[in-house]
Amino acid sequence: MAYPPMMLATTGAAMGMEVHLYFTFWGMNMISKKTIDSLKISPVGNPALPMPNILGMLPGMTSMTTSMMQGKMKKIKMPSIREMIKTAKDSGVKFHACSPTMDMMGLKREDLIPEVDDIIGAATYLELASEDAITLFV
Amino acid sequence: MCPGPITDLFRAYRNANVGDVIELLATDPAARSDTEAWARRSGNEIVAVIDEKDYLRIQVCVVKKGR
Repeated sequence: MAYPPMMLATTGAAMGMEVHLYFTFWGMNMISKKTIDSLKISPVGNPALPMPNILGMLPGMTSMTTSMMQGKMKKIKMPSIREMIKTAKDSGVKFHACSPTMDMMGLKREDLIPEVDDIIGAATYLELASEDAITLFV
Repeated sequence: MCPGPITDLFRAYRNANVGDVIELLATDPAARSDTEAWARRSGNEIVAVIDEKDYLRIQVCVVKKGR
């Protein structure tokens, strides 16, 4: 689910909207230097991937599903998440990291990619999201 | 590929002046409706949409400069 917010964000910015992305819990993996290049997709509990959970649970299935998706993306030349983040940033999208998630994962500002603008809490984000806004939780 | 065409259009738009015509070449068929939506939102005009053999040629006139 890393791609949808990036595509919507970049397109929104291109259409003149003010766009803010707030990365919380597992979303933090997209902006953490350690995990950004190894994002995976699991077939478990994922109704779009036609595999029974009991198989999807087996060791190696997440890697296989990830490889399969990466193969499909490479075929249509979809940019990597790193590239999409650069494009989004260049288009004016703002990147915010969730403060409690950072505490939970033991992360500091230096552990995050340079595109992150600041570290904020839920109230700051909700204020940004509540005025004349479309808010999507992805 | 989405959001490619719109992002490219936006980049060109940022550097363009009122009166310029931006020509966008796109292989993604969604570019047709996306550029129309973009034009409505930004107050600019689609001059022409030409169906070439493998791609779309969309000409956008910069009427208004906003963001």
